[in-house]
Parts: sequence; C-alpha cells; structure tokens
Amino acid sequence: MIYLDYSATTPIEDSVLETYINVSKNFIGNANSIHSLGIKSKELLNSSTNQIASLLNIKPTEIIYTSGATESNNLALKGIAFNYKNRGKHIISTPLEHSSVSETLKYLESIGYKISYVKVLDNGLIDIENLKSLITDETILVSIGYINSELGIRQNIEEISNILENYPKTFFHVDGTQAIGKINVDLNNIDLFSFSSHKIYGPKGIGCLIKKDKISLIPLMHGGKSESPFRSGTPSLPLIVSLAKALRLSLENINQKYEIVNNLNNKIKENLKKYNKIMINSNENCIPHILNISLSDIRPETFIHAMEEHEIYISTKSACSNPNVPSTTLKAMNKDDSVSTTSIRISISNKTTLEEIEKFNEIFDQVYNDLNSIKGE
Amino acid sequence: MQKLIMIKYGELTTKKGNRDHFINSLLNNIHNKLNGLDYKIQKDRARMYITSNEIDKIIEILKNIFGVHGIVIAYKINTNNIDDIKASALDIIKEKTFNTFKVVTNRALKEYPMDSMEISRVVGGYILSQLKNISVDVHNPDETLHIDLRSEGCFIYTNEVKGIGGYPVGIQGKGLLMLSGGIDSPVAGYLAMKRGISIECIYFESPPHTSLEAKNKVISLARKLCQYTNKVKIHVVPFTKIQETIYKVNASSYMITIMRRMMYRIAVEVAKKNNLKVLINGESIGQVASQTLESMSVINDVTNMPVIRPVACLDKLEIIDIAKKIDTYDISILPFEDCCTIFLPKHPVIKPILEKCIDIENRFNFEELIEEAVNNIEVISVTEDIYSDYKELL
Repeated sequence: MIYLDYSATTPIEDSVLETYINVSKNFIGNANSIHSLGIKSKELLNSSTNQIASLLNIKPTEIIYTSGATESNNLALKGIAFNYKNRGKHIISTPLEHSSVSETLKYLESIGYKISYVKVLDNGLIDIENLKSLITDETILVSIGYINSELGIRQNIEEISNILENYPKTFFHVDGTQAIGKINVDLNNIDLFSFSSHKIYGPKGIGCLIKKDKISLIPLMHGGKSESPFRSGTPSLPLIVSLAKALRLSLENINQKYEIVNNLNNKIKENLKKYNKIMINSNENCIPHILNISLSDIRPETFIHAMEEHEIYISTKSACSNPNVPSTTLKAMNKDDSVSTTSIRISISNKTTLEEIEKFNEIFDQVYNDLNSIKGE
Repeated sequence: MQKLIMIKYGELTTKKGNRDHFINSLLNNIHNKLNGLDYKIQKDRARMYITSNEIDKIIEILKNIFGVHGIVIAYKINTNNIDDIKASALDIIKEKTFNTFKVVTNRALKEYPMDSMEISRVVGGYILSQLKNISVDVHNPDETLHIDLRSEGCFIYTNEVKGIGGYPVGIQGKGLLMLSGGIDSPVAGYLAMKRGISIECIYFESPPHTSLEAKNKVISLARKLCQYTNKVKIHVVPFTKIQETIYKVNASSYMITIMRRMMYRIAVEVAKKNNLKVLINGESIGQVASQTLESMSVINDVTNMPVIRPVACLDKLEIIDIAKKIDTYDISILPFEDCCTIFLPKHPVIKPILEKCIDIENRFNFEELIEEAVNNIEVISVTEDIYSDYKELL
C-alpha cells in the first residue's frame, strides 16, 4: 500500500498510540475529581497542557481542547460573533477556507452577520490591499486559513497579522490545521488558532483552539467546571496526552522533514513534466506536502479508483468537500472549469519513502496512459 | 570575539578560608540546574565563564541560583593587544543606543604595560573619535563599558544583570522546613536556602480531616521551592491519631499549643534521623495565638535544637511580597483545610503556661504515639516540574 493522502488524515504514530493505551489503562480518574486518582489525572493533564503551551510559545490558559479542528473553527467564529455582536457584525474571510469555516460563516450570515470575502490573486495569495479596504469599524473578526487544504497555498500570515495589528478591535483567527507540524508557526500576533491532532500523527477526535487570554468567547458547549470555561465536558485525558506527544514529535526536526517532503514532491513533478495535458496547480506559494494537479479530460474519481486498484491512495480536492462541484479554491484563482473540475490531490509526508514515490510514478504513468488510450478509442 | 556568560560571585570572594568550598558548591549547583543543556563552564577564583549556544536560556536559569551575584554577557578576545581591545570595544558599544558613556578597566593582569586608567582613556578616546553625538560622563553614564584584563584574555562587557545573591544552597548544611501549606512557610524555606541551607520538608497530614488536595498543595509548594535547588524531600507525617487524642483529652484552649509541641517533637526526631541540623518554620511574631512570644517559648521548650524563623520579624505584607516573587502565593491561598485549622478551639490560649501543657500531656502516652507517627512517615521526593514525573508519556 502507498498512502498519499496525509492531508486528509495521518496514521497514528506507534509511540503516541502506546501513550494513549497507557493513559487509558493507568489514569482512570476524572481530572476534576478531588480524590487521589483525580489528582494524578489532573497532574498529567496539566503537564500535557504545559508541554503544548511551551511548544507553541503560549500560555497554558490559552489552550482550549476541542473534538477537532471543525469544532475549533466553529467555536472561534461563533464564539467571537456572539460575544462581540454589540461591537459589530462584520466578519472577513476568504474563498479558500475549509468547509468548517465557510459553512459556519454561511450560517452566521443567515442570522444577520455580514460576511465579506477577500479577493484572491491568480497565484492563490489573498489580495492584501483588498483586505485592508474591507475592514470597517464593524469588523470583529478576520479568519484566514494558514494553508489551504486543496492546493497547499501558504498565506503570508505574518504580513497579514502585522496589518491587523493596526485594528485593535478586529480579532484574527487562523485555521492552522494544515500548517502545524509542517511549517514553523509563530502565534505571537494571532488571536485565535485552530488545529487538529489527526493531521500530525495523533489520534482522531481531539484538537485545540488557541485563544489569547484577552479575548472572551461564548461557548458552544455549556456545562460544568472543566479544563476550560469555554468548553465543557470531561477532559479526555488519553487524547490530550497523546496530542501533546504527537505535537512534540511533529515539531522535532521540522525543517529537515520539510526538505524530505520537498525532494519527494519534486520527484513527482519531474515525472509529470512529460504530460502536456496535466496542469500542476500547486505553485511556488504552496507547501510541498500537497501537490494538486488537474488531469484536464479524465474524471478525477475514475483516476483515483484506478490508482486504488494498485493500492495507491490519493484524493480529489479535500476529503471534506463535495465531490460533484468545481473546486472553490481553483475557481477563486480564476482557473477554468476543465482545471477546477478535474483536480486531484497527492499529499506527501516525511514518512513517505523515495521507493514509494518511484512506485507511485510508475503506476501513475501506467494508469494515466491506460485511461487516455481508452478515451482515444 | 567569543560571546560568553560571566558569573560574578560577590559575597563569596570575601570568605577567604572557605572560598574553594563555596565555588565548588556553586559550580555543582549550576551543573545540576543546567543539566540537559549544551554548555561549557570554566571557573577561577573570581568568576565563572559559560559558553553555549543557548545563552538566553541559561541566563534565565542562573537568575534563580543562589550564590550568583552578577550575570554578564561578555565578549572575550584572546589577545591583550590594545588595538584589538579598542576595535572590539567599539564593535560592542556601537550596538547600543546611548548619549553618554564611560569605560571602566579592571586590570587583574598586573604586568600589563598600561595601567587601568590609561587603558580606559585610550579606549574611551577611540570610541569618542569613531561615533558621533556621544560624550563621556564618568558620574552618570547611559552605558558603562567594562574591560577586564586577565591572564586568560580580555573580557569586554556592558550591562550586568543582577543575580539573586545569597550563598550556594547546601554550603551551610541541611535544615528541616516545617511546611504547612500557608503563605509563610514556603517563604521561610526560600530565605533559609538563600543563606545556603539545603532543605528537607516536613508536613503533617490528618486524613480524613485534611484532604489529599491539601497534601497536593504542599507538594506543589515544595516543587516551587525546587526553583532554587534541585530536589526537595517531603516527610509526610500521619498526624490524625495524635490530633484526635489531644482533642479527646480535653486540651480545649491548649489544643493548638499541645499540637505544636507534638509537631516540634516529631520534627526533631525526623531531623536527627536524617542528619538535619536545624528546624526552620514560618512563624511570625504575633501573627496567631501560637506565635506570641509566650506561645513560642512554651512550644520551643520541647527541644534545644536551633529553630530558624526567617520571617519572624517581617510584616504579613512583606511576606506576601516575597511569596508572590517566588510564585508560591497563588498556591498557598488555595482553600484546603490543613491540620492547623481543624479542631481549632474557639479561644486558643495566647499566654500558655508550661506546667499546664505538661499536665495535659500527662493525660496520654504521647511518646508512643510519636514513635508510631515517625515510623509511618511517607517520604516524597519532588522536583521543580511535575512534567518530569510524566515525561515518558509525553
């Protein structure tokens, strides 16, 4: 099997799974109980939170555990919208966002919020001048994904955050789900930051919303005293500890790992050069972990299933989007329909081997030529 | 030029006979605290020099090590040639923003052909000639450039970070801190360590009257004290039976006085067993009924072991200031009952009489109870970070 859909989800790291099992077996107390089992659990919980805080260079109180990035994004957007509605009801985002952001914004729009979308340049970066022109006194939030999940476009978050520094009433949310563990992120000028554990070789079912202490939110989940006043529910200790460990491992040697992925990505691109009908959509602004290409006249679903017969797993667009409509990301970049309806996504990990990529290239050639020849007949 | 950290010992240098002992203890304590980091350290009779790629991190750690009086980021040049010194001095000071400056030279290398005044004048003159809009002010300069000429090379530095001072923990031997969970006793422990006493702690628990949270609070406080040392041992004494017995024999207004006398007796036993020379506690004169001079005298009567009371003469607000500085205050104010607040009589005696204490104590066999408690002590060893206990999982 060759797995090249790491941007959809990653397999859990063995040592992280061991932690999960160990904690599940040996730390049975509720971290909110006052007996010794609870206290032991609480200590481990605090140690995990402290580790995450120190890895991300934030304060432990700024971490809210959620069920994943979708909940983190919902909590950030709705939490801010509801809490600061008296300040304004205007939110700015982009057409490049994951559905957990874009659908939440549509919902907010349906209940009276005004949502503006920043223009996207043909290279996939947002038009910063346009962003500036959209900000008004009513703007309570700007939400921009660090790395787009379809193409891997990396927005210039640092530049954007510097601009937003001039608007103290406007909070800045970044969906960092595809960024964390792949590139170095600096949360210094970011007010809210979402990410998920299952993209960094951790277990599924947990994520974080980082929320700076100065900000308040209306919670989505109400309930008893918990790890955070912004998210009730018994803290899932095994998941939290596993997340802390997965995050630590994912940040180790991050630059070397980036280079490994970059080399593998180049190996695929090299092989694709010979096909003049294939468009490489990921450009110089994209991280190498995601390679998005359009096949022009082959249906992506057909191609993916044909690859699957050789136990090679790749994806159309992103796993969370509707397969029957053109890619909004490619549309936003002004690509025509033959490009935006035929794109596939190959996502690479530093765990991917050169042999796997060579095998992938070989099978790709075979499948592509086969499908093309059927069309020819 | 090589960037390095220079540590100044301050007070240590005045203690001639014991200097090597002081310096070696400090070196040892620094090694313990920097464990895991990549660094090299060299010492001489007046300074230590640390080279590392993690200078900022190391400086943060050094700020909490007793015996470190000054921390300086210095630049070392391996020659004592005056032209090289001039050029390096200029490189260092031109990075700073200032209007006025002075140069101070310390010439440990007495055979150097120029004296310190002359070196300062030459280097200062050179800086003046090279930078615009600056002047010399020997009384109140914005920047002071230090030149330290030593046989191993020339050290140049500007500002100095004040160290925490005190003596290296451990050089005065060991003491037993009576740690209650309140605000005062952790501060007492901190101050004792500051004078070079290494501490172990004793804590009295009375389950189920006191909760595990109270014990956990004491553990957290001990962890905080580890900021200034490496490990702290806590002797947890099972105190329920003694406390219940005192209550049953109708000690009434003498309840706390007798309880404190029992605590002292147990503490002395523990101290002797573990080779600890003194007791240390957070008693502050007049703060509560058991801390009047009369009470202290009656309670202290059970032992002739020295009892150090570092906060005896501090106001509560002064103690709180230190507690906040050492980060124990927020833990201390957590609302868990400790064994001093349970069985509290309505009107504790303020001026207890020794004979009355002895009379009450004759109503039960306290020696046997004390022996039992001492034999059932639980010893917990803590380090600064809970994290280290769980490191394998994380």
